[in-house]
Amino acid sequence: MARENWQGEHLLRRAAFGPSATDLNRFDETPLSSVVDFLVEYQRQPDDVDSRIGRSDHVSVTTRGGQFSPNTNIEDARQRWLFRMVHSERPLQEKMALFWHNHFATAYSKVAGFAGGLQATKMMAGQIELFRQHALGNFRTLLMEVARDPAMVVWLDGRTNFRARPQENFAREIMELFTWGVGHYTEQDVYAAARVFTGWNLQRVPANGNNNDPATSYEFFYNANQHDTSAKTFTFPIYSDGGRTIPARSAADGMQDGIDFITALARHPETARRLARKLWNFFVTDLRPADPEFVEGVASEYLRNTEMKPVVRYILRSHWFNDPDVWFTRYCWPVEFVVRAIREVGWAGFSVDAARTPLTNMGQTLFEPPDVAGWELGPGWFSTGTMLARMNFAATLAANQRFNLARATAGSRVTPEQLLDFFLFERLTPAPFELGPYRELLSYVNTAPWTGSDAQVNAKAAGLARLVVGSSEYQFV
Amino acid sequence: MAQISRREFLRDGVAAFTVSFTAPAFLSDIALAQGARSRNLVVVYLSGGNDALNTVVPYQDLFYFSRRPAIAVPAGQVLQIGSDSSRKALGLHPRLTGLHTMFNEGRLAVVQRTGYPNSSRSHFQGTDIWGTANPDTTSGLGWLGRYLDTLPGPVDTLSGWNATRETPRALVARTVAVPAIPDARTYSLASPNGGVEAQNERLAATRIASHVPVDRPHLSFVNGSIRGALDTLDRVGSVNSYVPTVTYPNNGFAQALRTVAASIVRGIGTRVFWVQTGGFDTHAGQGNAGGGAYATLMATFSNGLLAFYTDLRNQGLLNDTLILQFSEFGRRITENGSQGTDHGAAGVMMAIGGAVRGGIYGTAASLDPNPANATLENGGADVRHETDFRAVYARVLDGWLGADSVAILGGNFRQGVPAII
Repeated sequence: MARENWQGEHLLRRAAFGPSATDLNRFDETPLSSVVDFLVEYQRQPDDVDSRIGRSDHVSVTTRGGQFSPNTNIEDARQRWLFRMVHSERPLQEKMALFWHNHFATAYSKVAGFAGGLQATKMMAGQIELFRQHALGNFRTLLMEVARDPAMVVWLDGRTNFRARPQENFAREIMELFTWGVGHYTEQDVYAAARVFTGWNLQRVPANGNNNDPATSYEFFYNANQHDTSAKTFTFPIYSDGGRTIPARSAADGMQDGIDFITALARHPETARRLARKLWNFFVTDLRPADPEFVEGVASEYLRNTEMKPVVRYILRSHWFNDPDVWFTRYCWPVEFVVRAIREVGWAGFSVDAARTPLTNMGQTLFEPPDVAGWELGPGWFSTGTMLARMNFAATLAANQRFNLARATAGSRVTPEQLLDFFLFERLTPAPFELGPYRELLSYVNTAPWTGSDAQVNAKAAGLARLVVGSSEYQFV
Repeated sequence: MAQISRREFLRDGVAAFTVSFTAPAFLSDIALAQGARSRNLVVVYLSGGNDALNTVVPYQDLFYFSRRPAIAVPAGQVLQIGSDSSRKALGLHPRLTGLHTMFNEGRLAVVQRTGYPNSSRSHFQGTDIWGTANPDTTSGLGWLGRYLDTLPGPVDTLSGWNATRETPRALVARTVAVPAIPDARTYSLASPNGGVEAQNERLAATRIASHVPVDRPHLSFVNGSIRGALDTLDRVGSVNSYVPTVTYPNNGFAQALRTVAASIVRGIGTRVFWVQTGGFDTHAGQGNAGGGAYATLMATFSNGLLAFYTDLRNQGLLNDTLILQFSEFGRRITENGSQGTDHGAAGVMMAIGGAVRGGIYGTAASLDPNPANATLENGGADVRHETDFRAVYARVLDGWLGADSVAILGGNFRQGVPAII
């Protein structure tokens, strides 16, 4: 499984969570376009990953008394998602779900403050399921579903958006963050949009006639009584004939206001461009702004019918994506870092639960983005504190996998160079090291005369895994 | 697929070189030279857009009550602090008992109606504008970063201390990557090995991160974080043994302040600290009659600061410390239908410390929604700013940090500067 398929490896780091040993073998002779198809047409792969939770040849999860409950316990929900990212046969679906989680950033804690931990976990798990379901689906549909998503209705206060007192939170963010961004609308547009969504609420559906029954859940509810039925005029066109006014409608038909508004936002060329720029940073590079040609190319692909699958396929096949100059030029998100490290260093006997606190220290707690704008990406992930957390996670994982790593070096321990090359070119996939740091790694192995004894290999194998995974070369995908 | 030999992928290292590094030293000379036992600035950011009108309450303005029927703080509950120069009676939120003490001791300055023209209603733009101190720019260096850049080089890594995980815009500097230390107790280095082997590994990590990769500035940037972490571990670790003179509340904000107090007492050389507390985006459920969610926010804010203030005073360091509080915007005057308030314009800033000239600065708005009311904007919906926030920054830079505010702020904001210090 030596690393010689750099282009394929690049694709698997960006559109998946890094190549596993199995991936490197099975895609060895596969044309790149077929690997793109494998990733993009993920519905062809089995969706059986949840059924593998608990299998001994997979990464573990940790339960705290009782059953593993990813739909009602937030810690278990986090573990389940990490497990899926490590082992799913549909990695691009999980990767896009992560992209949408950042795009429609909703935090568990506020939802829990309203509905309690159990219901909030249900709602948040449901929202992530929505992102999976529409991972490469239609953006307009996704936007519509998000606007009706119970967790979102709590998160951006739609539940208190009443006719007499419109609530601007969701109205502002759907324009500023979910679609076309600041600069294309006015404060008056925000006020009008708030009225569009009056009455978009949620309600509790008691199970067995009991609000406290665990099967009780929340669902979207359009409260016609609270809908502002008057006309809403915007400074930009809502309708394809250029009309800027959503007409006055009866309360019963009032949801159509929001449908018209969401459709207009989803189909707007500025929304297309903003998504294109975000996808550039996600898939191509975040070292420089998107090439204008890329933005226009992606935007016109998107504007055909707001479908995401052709958009992502277009990107993965584009020359921008496949240019060797962009290999290892995207700052690795903490979750990507952890998942890739587990996939590469090893997982036998390791629980994803051990990654939860480190992830918080790295600045990315799943289901808990810092605010509705999502995480601060790119260089924003890196500070001394978060980098320390990455190095320390590398140490934890390397210590845990010490004996597995030592065993794996069986044929590569005659010289220190062999041992180092095993980590740099077979086991792990860092960006290339220059000769200077390469020699530093070598002198680390050589601090005492090399004998290749078990004791020496046990120490140096774990030490090298820690040093490589904790190096700047490993912080890019 | 294109096949490239792995050997070709080992980068040519001809042009590579190594920057010098020194072993981290406790209380390094640089730290001593640059700041130990010198003035500290502690910035406290209330994240989310603090509702200034419920922090400093104009409790005799009838429009305050008519426009906030549910969330107004009853006049009988406010902690009175007197009147401003326009004779507007003001009171602190009832949970700001700690701040009230500081006010009565003449150590709290309240600067009303701070902001800037065409105030952004976006959290993200707004926060960045307060960070860059330039309403036209939301990216690039921050105002405190530009201050750190003026310190004599090499600037000590610990000249700034950020107690949150992400680096705030305000602390983005050219010459130094300000370390993020949310919790000094977890700011330590782990190794899969022990003893000498762990030492070897730390040394190797330091050496590897000291190489400057050719044509890959993004790797150098991450290497800077690694070096910053390794360089500061021992000094940061030294604050963990600090025993405060008071008990700090058990929440993130107060514990961050406890760590800040420790590093001030230990004199490890930090000039600027950044602490923040969130939850101020109170669109809903702010609470009524001085209670509820907003009251909890106020209590967290005030109780944490009181512990910090008292601890520093007991240590004889209050005169060396200036606390500066801000938020990215104030909130809408009229409450919304969910006992909350939407994004507004001008807010309130505060300064606390031994050298602060306590009192009320600036004048309160009249909350009369009459469009002719010049103290409001946005059709009478929001409070219009009276003092440019950069004037307060200028005062802090010139009068406290001994810097040149004109150079750092890119303009002269010294006119109309409130004389808070």
